[in-house]
Amino acid sequence: MDQRDASVPTISRLGPFRASVATFGALIGSGFRRYATYRQATLAGTFTNVVFGFLRCYVLLAVAEGAAGNMPAGYDAEQLATYVWAGQGLLSVIGIWGWTELADRIRTGDIAADLLRPIGPVTAFLAADLGRALHGMLTRFAAPLLAGAIFFPLHTPARWQTVPLFAVSIALAVIICFGCKYLVNATAYWLQDARGPIMLWTLGSGVLGGLYFPLRLLPDGFVTALWLGTPLPSLLQTPLDVIAERDGPVTQIALVALQLLWAVTMLLLAGLVQRRAERRLVVQGG
Amino acid sequence: MAEFRAYVALGTAQIRSAASYRASFLVELFGNVGATVFDVLTVLVLFRATPAVGGFTLREAILIVGISSAGFALADMLVGNVDKLKTYVRTGTLDAVLVRPLPALPQLLLMDLPVRKALRVVFGFVVLGLAVAANDVAWTPARVLLIALAPLMAGVFFSAIFVTSASLAFWWVDSGEIGSAFTYGGRDFTSYPISVYGSWFRNLFAYAMGFGFVAYQPALTLLGRDDPLGLPSWTGFLSPLVALVAAVIAGVVWRSGIRHYRSTGS
Repeated sequence: MDQRDASVPTISRLGPFRASVATFGALIGSGFRRYATYRQATLAGTFTNVVFGFLRCYVLLAVAEGAAGNMPAGYDAEQLATYVWAGQGLLSVIGIWGWTELADRIRTGDIAADLLRPIGPVTAFLAADLGRALHGMLTRFAAPLLAGAIFFPLHTPARWQTVPLFAVSIALAVIICFGCKYLVNATAYWLQDARGPIMLWTLGSGVLGGLYFPLRLLPDGFVTALWLGTPLPSLLQTPLDVIAERDGPVTQIALVALQLLWAVTMLLLAGLVQRRAERRLVVQGG
Repeated sequence: MAEFRAYVALGTAQIRSAASYRASFLVELFGNVGATVFDVLTVLVLFRATPAVGGFTLREAILIVGISSAGFALADMLVGNVDKLKTYVRTGTLDAVLVRPLPALPQLLLMDLPVRKALRVVFGFVVLGLAVAANDVAWTPARVLLIALAPLMAGVFFSAIFVTSASLAFWWVDSGEIGSAFTYGGRDFTSYPISVYGSWFRNLFAYAMGFGFVAYQPALTLLGRDDPLGLPSWTGFLSPLVALVAAVIAGVVWRSGIRHYRSTGS
């Protein structure tokens, strides 16, 4: 480890802004390294993503075969295949499942140590999560997409802006997902045991995020309400619709703009909840 | 007899511990049903877009889902927790299990019996019941026997898959999510008519690994439908045999895994 990890905004020689950026970067790096340790698990996870890619892709293509005009919910077969395989690639990048670190630390009282650090827990955990996502992007994203491209015809983006929009959309989805996970975990400040909310989140985020099936298969009004009223479709459905070019260029940008709104909202909410929690917190064990 | 009493003691301890945090227990009870509800809901949503998937109507497809979910929920409750084996191997908890004078597998299952998954089993069987009611089955004694056996044998089959894929941890501690490809992946595979899958993928999962005989073939036999893939109608009755073979393989793999096991020393 280099000394950057020990640098703190207030005592650094670099000046406050550059020092915070350096600290944030160091935390991202440590999040990245943490996940880079488990190489075999990365391989095992990729295998599983590919198997599920085949399962979902075959089923959706069979649906397309029977649907009116072979376009269920406005996707053609190639767009559906892209939807499925990019979805499997993004699954562990967005990381909707499995993060209970904050809830665990609240339950065990370890959060007390986090609160003593010069960097707030929302910022620190966000940086670690961005590092995790970066690692996921480099190791878990390409393989399922490649497997999909070998076995199925995928949709090739027709508009130049699709790929950069997709990249922005992924980054925003990671941040939104982090905000959601943070809020779900933070219920442990009040409930001690966040298993219930975590379970609801695991259930809801998969289905309403667009992992099991494209949400557009649901009634239109319901989908619009879901998109505007909850951050869930912004997790997977938006990036996948962007790369599959399900909509025209204007809607495509509008969906990403909506994501931006949700990202800001979720981070503000996470910060607000954290401050409220700190005011009433009695750390477990005194 | 003493052994049996020990198992009962382990099991009731689990039920007591689950019942002592009532609110958490209720949330988990209903949360677990939710998972299976969404599986069934997914099928309903897909059929909104099309009248037939892989040549099967919604009614017929629900029968396949019903057998698969009832069997999977059963296996997941009774045996599913064995997939924590990789944690037990890594942390060394398995050592404690092995020094006790009881076989390791039943101990592991009863040490962590998820009572919270009970309602999910009920839901699986309710879906199966509704599916049977929705389809016009020409009942014969053989079909009555088959509808009673199919979900149970699906349960045996999925249990065998759970044990086999968990055993992987004996050789490969960091096997991570690879088991899910066959347990949850197997559930997803068996939830749809296997005519939707590409031929090599289907041959591998349905015939080589046996997933085709869990729900699809028995459902065809119940419905009296010809298999679009060409297998004769009696193959639906193979489900107990396939489940038995899977269970034997799982037993062999588990035993050789236990013999192979070397404690991590932690």
